[in-house]
Amino acid sequence: MQTVGGSVGDRPQHARFREYSLMWQAFRRDPLAVISLVVILVFILGALFAPVLTPYPGQGRGDPNILEKFQPPGRVHPLGTDYLGRDVLARILFGGRSSLSVGFLVVLVAGAIGIPLGAIAGYYGGWLDDVIMRITDMFLAFPPLLLAIAIAAALGASFTNAMIAIAFTWWPWYARLVRAQTLSLREQYFIEAARSIGVRDLTIIARHVLPNVLTPVLVQATMDVGSAILTGAGISFIGLGIQPPAPDWGEMISTGRIYFIERPWFAGAAGAAIFLVTLAFNLLGDAVRDVADPRTRRTVV
Amino acid sequence: MHRWEYIFRRLVMAVLVLLSVSVITFLIARVVPSDPAAAWVGPHPTQEQIAQARQRLGLDRPLYEQYLRYMQDLLRGDLGTSVRSHQPIVTDLKAFLPATMELVVAGMVMAVVIGIPLGVLSGAHKGSLLDHLTRLASIAGVSMPTFWLGLLLQLFFFGRLHILPLGSRVSTEVALYHPVAQITGFYLLDTAMTGNWVAFKDALLHIILPAFTLGTYAIGLTIRMTRSTMIEVLGEKYILAARVAGLPERVVLFVLALKNAIIPTVTVLGLSFVYSLTGALLVEMIFSWPGLGAYVTNAVISIDFPVIVSVTLVVTVFYVFINLFLDLAQAMLDPRVTLQ
Repeated sequence: MQTVGGSVGDRPQHARFREYSLMWQAFRRDPLAVISLVVILVFILGALFAPVLTPYPGQGRGDPNILEKFQPPGRVHPLGTDYLGRDVLARILFGGRSSLSVGFLVVLVAGAIGIPLGAIAGYYGGWLDDVIMRITDMFLAFPPLLLAIAIAAALGASFTNAMIAIAFTWWPWYARLVRAQTLSLREQYFIEAARSIGVRDLTIIARHVLPNVLTPVLVQATMDVGSAILTGAGISFIGLGIQPPAPDWGEMISTGRIYFIERPWFAGAAGAAIFLVTLAFNLLGDAVRDVADPRTRRTVV
Repeated sequence: MHRWEYIFRRLVMAVLVLLSVSVITFLIARVVPSDPAAAWVGPHPTQEQIAQARQRLGLDRPLYEQYLRYMQDLLRGDLGTSVRSHQPIVTDLKAFLPATMELVVAGMVMAVVIGIPLGVLSGAHKGSLLDHLTRLASIAGVSMPTFWLGLLLQLFFFGRLHILPLGSRVSTEVALYHPVAQITGFYLLDTAMTGNWVAFKDALLHIILPAFTLGTYAIGLTIRMTRSTMIEVLGEKYILAARVAGLPERVVLFVLALKNAIIPTVTVLGLSFVYSLTGALLVEMIFSWPGLGAYVTNAVISIDFPVIVSVTLVVTVFYVFINLFLDLAQAMLDPRVTLQ
């Protein structure tokens, strides 16, 4: 009896792992998805190991090098130098640190606020649901970029404030998504069974509801990292993000744009970096969505 | 639920949303870490000057009183005063809003003119080269930082080909020798109405690049939406009947099928319009377009909160009304909506 009981108890976890391994197998067969993942990993590793990868880590962090300014791409500086003579490749590698982390942090913070609120709203229903949903309506009424600009301006220009401002306008989407999922889960037998044997509500939410809404949230999050990077670049393009001389892709376009017609390489490289990473995350999100849905997953070996 | 009950509830909700929007903008405007009174006075203020400004701006009153006054002013159409220029913000908005609107409308026109035909054709020829190209272009369009796209277009059409201007609404010569009459604030309309064709041509050349840059997102969405609804509609029996009856393919696609495929596309266009209002902020910066975006980004640089908050409020009100309009239009067109 012991073993039977054990295996029944283990089954949900077991099935979930099997599901993820099926997803991974389908994912590996999608060339576009794999390329996107590789592109993203290259940028992340480049940002992490920036000090080792470039011979000019000081310039990457912001030290001017006026004597070599406006060098076009060449052998010494593969992507050229900018208006202060800094190596553009070094700036791109170091700039990835802030641009990429905005993407990930925004999604993490927005998820950390939105997911629990959505699960609580959906699980309990009633007035609690009403209150939480009206608050999300309030935030969703604003154009996101504009609200983020207003909050970032109010908090003062910095990397953290820009990140908080964007996350603040994004969490309602996660609350809505998780609430909708939880509403349908609430009526399922396994939740009712847990409730009937006296499992506490918070335990049910943590152990049975949240793991089951993970997949749609993961899909949404993957796509959102790309948009968050784009929004973060826009905010620092306006001058509300990380402050110079610290490197950031949006800031590089912002400062490079007045030289762009004559010397397009440094703003151009930053724009290309933003474009490539965002495109990779969008394609990856598409692929994750396809493999997460058993109906669109290509399971033929 | 009865249709009128749905419409009534939707209207009440819009009013509630607008109220809460005013609370949030008020809070952002007043409960900021930096002192609005100090910003009002300028650099190196004395304590007395700050105290005076504080009283003048009503910042010494309790918060709820400040909010009530703020609402009173709003309802009278008074958005406050710019900290930087000490001008009423409404006056500034009257000058900047038409420029932004003209740009956004031009972007939408591009979405209709480019997006719908491409969507129809790629839906009709699913899997063709055109279909793959438009799919690729629309994904790329959504991943492209608009401000970077604007720069690339400037580099190509101004820097290399020398056929389109770099930025602003008209060139300096035209502004001096063929000044645009200020009637609607839409330069293309104003010049056409006064028969000022030299300025019309100039304004048209100036709006192409910024409108296309702003419209990319809408073009991409329109293509995708039109394509998917076309594929659905083209599978219907009445299309088969029309083809069997020997109607030309042109008529089948662009008249019979498009008529039914267009409703979701209209919704997408409405949403893109709203999205473009904020997208314009970044595009205007690139093309030196004297609109709301230029106004708000300058306000950001000089920490002019009343301006930032007023622009946020005005654009959000547009946003809420357009969403309301879309929902109501859909409720009128599609009886299934009110059943939810």
